[in-house]
Amino acid sequence: MIAHTIFFYIFSLIAIVSAIMVIVSKNTVHSVFFLILDFISISCLFIMIGAEFLGMIMLIVYVGAVAVLFLFVVMMLNVAQQSDVLFQTPTRYSHLPIGLIVSLVIFFELIIVVGGWKYKPDLLSVNSINIDQNVTNTHLIGNILYTEYIHLFQLSGMILLVAMIGAIVLTFEKRSGIKRQSYIEQISREKSSGVSLVDKEINTGVKIDD
Amino acid sequence: MTEISLEHYLILAAIIFTIGIVGIFLNRKNLIVILMCIELLLLAVNINLVSFSIFLNDLNGQIFTLFILTVAAAEAAIGLAIIVVYYRNAGSISVEDINTLKG
Repeated sequence: MIAHTIFFYIFSLIAIVSAIMVIVSKNTVHSVFFLILDFISISCLFIMIGAEFLGMIMLIVYVGAVAVLFLFVVMMLNVAQQSDVLFQTPTRYSHLPIGLIVSLVIFFELIIVVGGWKYKPDLLSVNSINIDQNVTNTHLIGNILYTEYIHLFQLSGMILLVAMIGAIVLTFEKRSGIKRQSYIEQISREKSSGVSLVDKEINTGVKIDD
Repeated sequence: MTEISLEHYLILAAIIFTIGIVGIFLNRKNLIVILMCIELLLLAVNINLVSFSIFLNDLNGQIFTLFILTVAAAEAAIGLAIIVVYYRNAGSISVEDINTLKG
C-alpha cells in the first residue's frame, strides 16, 4: 500500500507538471510531446487504480492516434516559423486577470465538490452495476458494453463515421489541371453521343485526325 | 503517508482541469494549443469518472469514460480539419490574427 501511495504521488506530479508545460512551452511540438507524457502518466494511474482496460485504451487512442494527429498537423502547418514573427509583436495581457479569476473560481467549485463528497458519503447511485473482483476488468466492461449499452456503443460508432466523413470533406481540395473520373458522365453516356457512323467511299483510305 | 482515497483523485482532476482552463485563457500562439487544452479538460473529466467508478464499485463510470474517449477522438479530428482549412484560407492560425468578430 505504501508503494501505491508513492507511485500515485509520482505519477500525479508528472501529470501536473507536464500539463503546465503543455500550456507554457513556446514550441508547439514540445506541447504535443508533453501532452503525450500527460496521457501516459494518467493511464498509469488508471492501471494502478484497477481500470486496466481504460488505461490501455487511453494509451492506444491518445498516444497512438490523437497525439500523432496533432503532431502531423503541427508539422504540416509549420507553426514554429510563424510564432517567431508573432513573438516580436508585443502581446497584450489585459485578458489575463479575468482568465485567472475564472479559473480560480472553477477550481474552488471543484474543491467544494470534494468537500460535499466527504460530508455526505452515502450518496449512492440507484442502479449500480457492481464490480466483481473475481472477473477481469476487460471481461466486465465487455459484458456490459455489448448488452446494456449496445445502442450507445453503435451510436458512438456512428459518431466516429460522421467525424471521419466530415474531416475528409472539410480538407478535400479541388485542384484545377487534374483529370478526374466523372461517374455520372460515364453512366449517362449513350450510343448516340459515343459512336458516329460515317459514309465513306471505297479505296480512299481513312484520315484519323479530322 | 496516508492511504490514497477518492479525494486525492478528485483534487488531481481539479488541478488538471484548472490548468486546461488557464491554458485556454493564456494562449496567444495558435489554435492547436487550445485544442490540446480541451483534451486536457476531457482527461480531467475522465479521471473523475474512473475514480468514482472504482471507489463506488460501479462500472457505469468506466463505460461512460469509453464514450468520452470516442467523442474526444472525433472532436480532435474535426477540430484539426477545421484548423487546416482555416490555415489554407487565412494563412495563419495565430489567435491574435483571428479577429474577424472584433471580440
